[in-house]
Amino acid sequence: MRTRVPPAVAAAAAIGGLLLLLPLLGLLVRVPWSRAADVITDHAVLDALRISLVCSASATVISLVVGVPLAWVIARARPAVRRVLRAVILIPLVLPPVVGGIALLQTFGRRGIAHDVLPFARPFTTSGVVLAETFVALPLLVVTVEAALRAQDGRLNEAAATLGLGPWSRFLRIDLVASRGAIVAGSALCFARALGEFGATITYAGNLPGTTQTLPLATYLALEQDVAHALVLSVLLLVVSLLVLVGLRDRWIPALQS
Amino acid sequence: MVLAATALATVPACSSSKAKTVELRVLAASSLTETFSQLGHDFEQSHPGVEVTFSFGGSSGLAQQLAAGAPADVFAAASSTTMKTVQDAGLLDGAPVTFARNRLAVAVPPGSTKVQTYPDIAKPGVALAICAAEVPCGAAAQALFTATGLTPHPATEEQDVKSVLTKVELGEADAGVVYITDVRAAGDKVGSVAVPYVEGAVASYPIAALSASKHRALAEQLVAYLSGAHGEQVLQAAGFLPPG
Repeated sequence: MRTRVPPAVAAAAAIGGLLLLLPLLGLLVRVPWSRAADVITDHAVLDALRISLVCSASATVISLVVGVPLAWVIARARPAVRRVLRAVILIPLVLPPVVGGIALLQTFGRRGIAHDVLPFARPFTTSGVVLAETFVALPLLVVTVEAALRAQDGRLNEAAATLGLGPWSRFLRIDLVASRGAIVAGSALCFARALGEFGATITYAGNLPGTTQTLPLATYLALEQDVAHALVLSVLLLVVSLLVLVGLRDRWIPALQS
Repeated sequence: MVLAATALATVPACSSSKAKTVELRVLAASSLTETFSQLGHDFEQSHPGVEVTFSFGGSSGLAQQLAAGAPADVFAAASSTTMKTVQDAGLLDGAPVTFARNRLAVAVPPGSTKVQTYPDIAKPGVALAICAAEVPCGAAAQALFTATGLTPHPATEEQDVKSVLTKVELGEADAGVVYITDVRAAGDKVGSVAVPYVEGAVASYPIAALSASKHRALAEQLVAYLSGAHGEQVLQAAGFLPPG
């Protein structure tokens, strides 16, 4: 049955849709397409794109390795513990990224309280960019996977246990398999978030072309001098993000399917 | 809807106890934060009914806000090139006046032994922070390096001069090329090392009233005040050079 849309709901929905769509149109209309080829073959731009892709991919892999187990632990925890853990996980998600960057400096920076823990991911290094991006993007993966694990039918796990399957095998062969859709969806969200990361990165890792300058940082700085250049970079970022989402949509991300 | 109307209706009622105030909005380079805040306060004291509000930021970013129609009465930039773009866009009321200049210095963590002279910033193992070449303080730093024949390898090129200073204050950078006024404003949180005087690395600060101002006469008065004798006194106490 087709439901009739109440006019007030339709109006509000239209405003919401336009609010999201119009700025994208504004961007696309103003892009100086004649300069696009020059900009995207620019050595510095390619460097920034490479750093962006490598760092976002690394942040996603790290998030998978530590995030899926974290989600599993939260999903299997007692309700009281789970509430606390979930709140802690959500903090980086709601924190302004610049604050996240400052927190990272105070922790892993030269004078940080844990400056020896990750000596390879110090400020001003490419690994520092990965650290900043992971800090910001990891919660998205954890939240997505945890929801799927909790929605999972527990009887399968019990049946496997009675058949003699150990905890590690059940984790690998039942839980991971059952939540594979959420794991891929969470990874895509995680990658997209890492790709767009700006505040934590520039605060913690700084900005050095060829080392820590990601595409969003290059875009922001280009805006200082050459708006046209910044517009082309913006579209480049938009295209890369869309490729990630569209590429995974059909097969993998249930939330984006019709 | 009713709530919103009530809220709107009560706003004038609240402020009617005070005399009607005129608001002057000033967009100014972030290196003017301390001095202009004080001068704005002084101006309000001598001009009852006038409120001066500031929006501090990178000069180029502010210029773009103006080009996009940001409402403002006065613009003060840390670069004559930036002011020229605003002038060329026809946004100024008359020609800009240069009211101060600023020279570079090297900020170091207090008691630093790693960097004691200007050439030390190019030594291996020294984490140097500078401004990105896209912003005026970065262009000035490049001019300094070229003129002195120094080729340092910065660890980071920050988006504005205050971020460079922060990296030094936090001890993440061993040295940062900033303006001398930033070092002064930071007090004992950073030490400083003098750099050779290079004409091309000196920043000029132009100021002008904007043609879009709704209070043109008052905006002109504020410009005259900021670039006048009292303004010069406050600016030079903070380390700025006279307009020259």
